[in-house]
Amino acid sequence: MISNVYIWTLKKINKKMSGFLSSSIARKVAMALSALFLIIFLLIHLTVNTVSLVNKDVFNELSHFMGTNFLIQFVMQPILIFGVVFHFVMGFVLELKNKKSRSVKYVKYNGAANSTWMSRNMVISGGVILAFIVLHFIDFWFSEMNYKYIQFLPEDPTRYFDELQHKFTNPLRVGAYVIAFVLLALHLLHGFQSAFQSLGLNRYIKCIRTLGKIYAIVIPLGFIMIALFHYFSQLNH
Amino acid sequence: MNLTLKIWRQKGPQDKGQMVEYKVTDISEHMSFLEMMDVLNESLVAKNEEPIAFDHDCREGICGMCSLQINGEPHGPDRGITTCQLHMRMFKDGDTIYIEPFRANAFPVIKDLVVDRMSFERIQQAGGYISVNTSGNTQDANSIPIPKHNADLSMDAAACIGCGACVASCKNSSAMLFVAAKVSQFALLPQGKIEATDRVKNMVAQMDLEGFGNCTNTGACEIECPKGISIENIARLNREYLTASI
Repeated sequence: MISNVYIWTLKKINKKMSGFLSSSIARKVAMALSALFLIIFLLIHLTVNTVSLVNKDVFNELSHFMGTNFLIQFVMQPILIFGVVFHFVMGFVLELKNKKSRSVKYVKYNGAANSTWMSRNMVISGGVILAFIVLHFIDFWFSEMNYKYIQFLPEDPTRYFDELQHKFTNPLRVGAYVIAFVLLALHLLHGFQSAFQSLGLNRYIKCIRTLGKIYAIVIPLGFIMIALFHYFSQLNH
Repeated sequence: MNLTLKIWRQKGPQDKGQMVEYKVTDISEHMSFLEMMDVLNESLVAKNEEPIAFDHDCREGICGMCSLQINGEPHGPDRGITTCQLHMRMFKDGDTIYIEPFRANAFPVIKDLVVDRMSFERIQQAGGYISVNTSGNTQDANSIPIPKHNADLSMDAAACIGCGACVASCKNSSAMLFVAAKVSQFALLPQGKIEATDRVKNMVAQMDLEGFGNCTNTGACEIECPKGISIENIARLNREYLTASI
């Protein structure tokens, strides 16, 4: 009896959700929710990385904790990966759908007269960010997975800072990071306030727009400063 | 002033269409854009050529019929106006002006610059109304207290003339501003709340069915709207839809 009620409830939820997600507004809301999740993640990521500028040991401790904590590794990490993949896949799918809604293009289209470059080219800034994430995964995530789960190397809580610094010895990689974060800033300049608009949360829109501009500049600039700091601090050695 | 016009010519819905160049001379800066088009058409008729088909009706910015994409912008380079209210003083002698129909799959071209905007009508039919018995026993609307703020916002939304400039300007051909205005004008009033859930769900479903694109909040629609409909209405539409769906 209980299992029947459970299955009936699941069917009801599934029916409601599949109908809901087929609408353009629902897709927009889903994009906004995944964006807000990633915005929070970026803030946490920058906070942890900033520690590497201040104290090597604390950075190692934090990284070791995050790299070995069950909740972070096996609950938060898969959610994060799902959030990233969902945001990118949905973004590209929506771009394709939108392109299809105007088969015959304008001979002359003056988009700059009524909208910002950032808002019209989220797919370009998003594409650059995606390329950066692939590089970032190769740099840190794959090597970490290899260390821990393929080669099963012994735990070394002091290795993280040196690994981080080693990555920023190559000026080409540092340059790629800087370019990617400039594009991230452009993406966020539109994306931050757009996420709130999509959720219908526009009561304090002026505050949200200002906060969005601050966030879009401060967060990428923070990441750029960290990359440049580690690069230049090693030039003298 | 003398102008070069590059105008979209298309014989019918199945024709491929192309841009054709025309020259017009002695155009007064006091003319409206549509009067300039009339001058061109008269010269074409005098030469036994097919005049250019374009939509117009009231020519005073109310009916929402005129629908030209001028130099890459719906209703041209001026703000808060329809094509019929655009004056030739916005252009300079020797200018080249591109004139195209509003582009969207949901607005198929009928002929030249005339597009079929029945998709907007079908969205309206899906829920853009309140069911009131008008057999003579209708309650006086003034007897229902409505906050002034809400009444003003509702009137602002109701100013939408359904011209389609929002769709034409949007890089995604989204009709979200139109639907948002039509949903908002009722959502803000007590008379509209009774059918609010069905209205927003049905109108959004019809909008999606018509093949309009997804809104990405570029804000182009708000800038190009001749009636200044705010994208705050889109946020309200999103809220209404979420409330109705969850």
